[in-house]
Amino acid sequence: MSSVSAPLPGDGLPEGAPDRNGRDPGARLRKAIGYFALIALAVVALAPLLWMLSTSLKSNQNVFSYPPQWIPHDWKFSNYTSLWDDLPMNRWLFNTFLVSTTVVLGQLLFCSMSAYAFARMQFKGREPLFYLFLASLMVPYQVTLIPAFVLISRLGWIDSYQALIIPQLSTPFGIFMLRQFFMTLPKELEEAARLDGASYWRIYRTILVPLSKPALLAFGVFSFIGMWGDFLWPLIVINSPEKMTLTVGLNYLSNSYNTDWARLMAGDVISLLPLMFIYAIAQKYFIQGIAMTGLKG
Amino acid sequence: MSVSIPKPARARVPRRDRGQGRGRSQQARETLAAWLFLAPSTLHFLIFTVGALIASLVISTWQWDLVTPHRFIGIDNYTALFQDSQFYTSLGVTLTYCLITIPSGIVLGMLIALALNQKLRGMTTLRFIYFIPYVAPVAAVALLWRWMYNSQYGILNWFLSFLVPGDVNIDWLGEPRLAIVAAAIMDVWKNLGWSVTLFTAGLLAIPAHYYEAAELDGASAWQRFRYVTFPLLTPTTFFLVVMGVIGSFQVFDSIYLMLGDTPNAQATTYNFYIWQQGFRYSNMGYASALSWVLFAIIGVLTFLQFKFLNKRVNYELG
Repeated sequence: MSSVSAPLPGDGLPEGAPDRNGRDPGARLRKAIGYFALIALAVVALAPLLWMLSTSLKSNQNVFSYPPQWIPHDWKFSNYTSLWDDLPMNRWLFNTFLVSTTVVLGQLLFCSMSAYAFARMQFKGREPLFYLFLASLMVPYQVTLIPAFVLISRLGWIDSYQALIIPQLSTPFGIFMLRQFFMTLPKELEEAARLDGASYWRIYRTILVPLSKPALLAFGVFSFIGMWGDFLWPLIVINSPEKMTLTVGLNYLSNSYNTDWARLMAGDVISLLPLMFIYAIAQKYFIQGIAMTGLKG
Repeated sequence: MSVSIPKPARARVPRRDRGQGRGRSQQARETLAAWLFLAPSTLHFLIFTVGALIASLVISTWQWDLVTPHRFIGIDNYTALFQDSQFYTSLGVTLTYCLITIPSGIVLGMLIALALNQKLRGMTTLRFIYFIPYVAPVAAVALLWRWMYNSQYGILNWFLSFLVPGDVNIDWLGEPRLAIVAAAIMDVWKNLGWSVTLFTAGLLAIPAHYYEAAELDGASAWQRFRYVTFPLLTPTTFFLVVMGVIGSFQVFDSIYLMLGDTPNAQATTYNFYIWQQGFRYSNMGYASALSWVLFAIIGVLTFLQFKFLNKRVNYELG
């Protein structure tokens, strides 16, 4: 998995500034500052999330105690269970999984197929079509949002899974990224397979896809996390609680519980936990995805 | 999900044909295969991008509420826009947002990346933590920060009470101008790991011999930063600026979850205003016109980025 991984901290790569241990008097100090920054950043990143977890387990009086308590006075797990009693939590979890997974699988298939054609095949119109896809990366989603909504509502798809899935099934960005990756792969294997009479589909399936696993995984994880957090589109096309995804569910939750912070934070934790779990498993690919895409969250 | 791609006939190409260009039938087969591979994405692209773009342009010349028949009004939506005070206000709000998020993201990201630019133990594990806020959905963290910003019981005011004397009772989200600052602070927190990573990658791309040469010339640590590191990081910095501006024009989720669906005009970002016009007031034409103005702004920015990056390449070669 050579070229996907951009240089990242901690990979044991040679650092920029020469730091000949011992001889450079500033090296020790710089290292100390480095550790300080390392820990400070971890604290800043984590503290709000720990506060969320802590609040989610507190009783109502404990939530408002001052000075704030990081460790809940008495652990109130019923904040969580009561959410399941009051709201279609299982549906929200299921919907989010279903939509995110389907979209990611669709994007992986369709984008990689197009990327293969752009990277390896000669045909009339290749350049103009490719540049058309490339240029569309510049289009902000707001421009196509209203026509997409009009189309979905004319089709009678409001409040349906199709509305959440179909408009996302392919992205020019995925095509572009995977094409760039395919271009870095050696051509010899494919040429040998072609001489043996293998079809394009067979080459795609048995050579290109297996060789591109790291890139496909990086793109897939990245896209999954994006879909999981999508808010505006589901907010527009979904009305009934049964079809909501977790992010829109959170909004519903915040309207129904108003200032019941313990329950709101419990809902927040639930919406985050499965995603964190997936992120933990696929961390490596996710960070490669960022390095490959540079996308802002 | 099965997509059946007809397999081209398995004709062996005679060896003597190779090297002298491929036969015409092979060429035709390749074109057919290419278009079959491209078909799903291209169809999707034609509907949801090309078609939508054309439709959006057409809708922007209409007065249309989705229910009653549309009325063609030419460029009236665009001219109305320039007399709309909320249009300017939301541009101003977005600019404020940029002015907070971009410089702090760059300064903090660069400082931390510099500090981390050494062989440090435990970095790989900690990197997992740094990216948690980035991975978390904006909607989820916005709800969390709404609680943290609570004026009476919020943890943030409690934390600030250690830094400044006296009681701290800042009503972060109650005061509209402050609310946008609050949303921007959350954004900085959420994306810090991202800018650190980009700067770290940028630092690692600087060849070590530049530093060796600088050291031979007796450059101090500050001079090395000032004349080597900082200039060579400009492409990264510029990229962060452009992405920051684009990102600021997309802000919606955090405002919606922290301030509700009708925030004060002073806290209404550009993207929020588009949503409001389109999906609250059903002014589809006007919202479309607003989105095209955004498109123009992003177009100019992307153009500038291309120009800038080309210049850099020339500079490096020369």
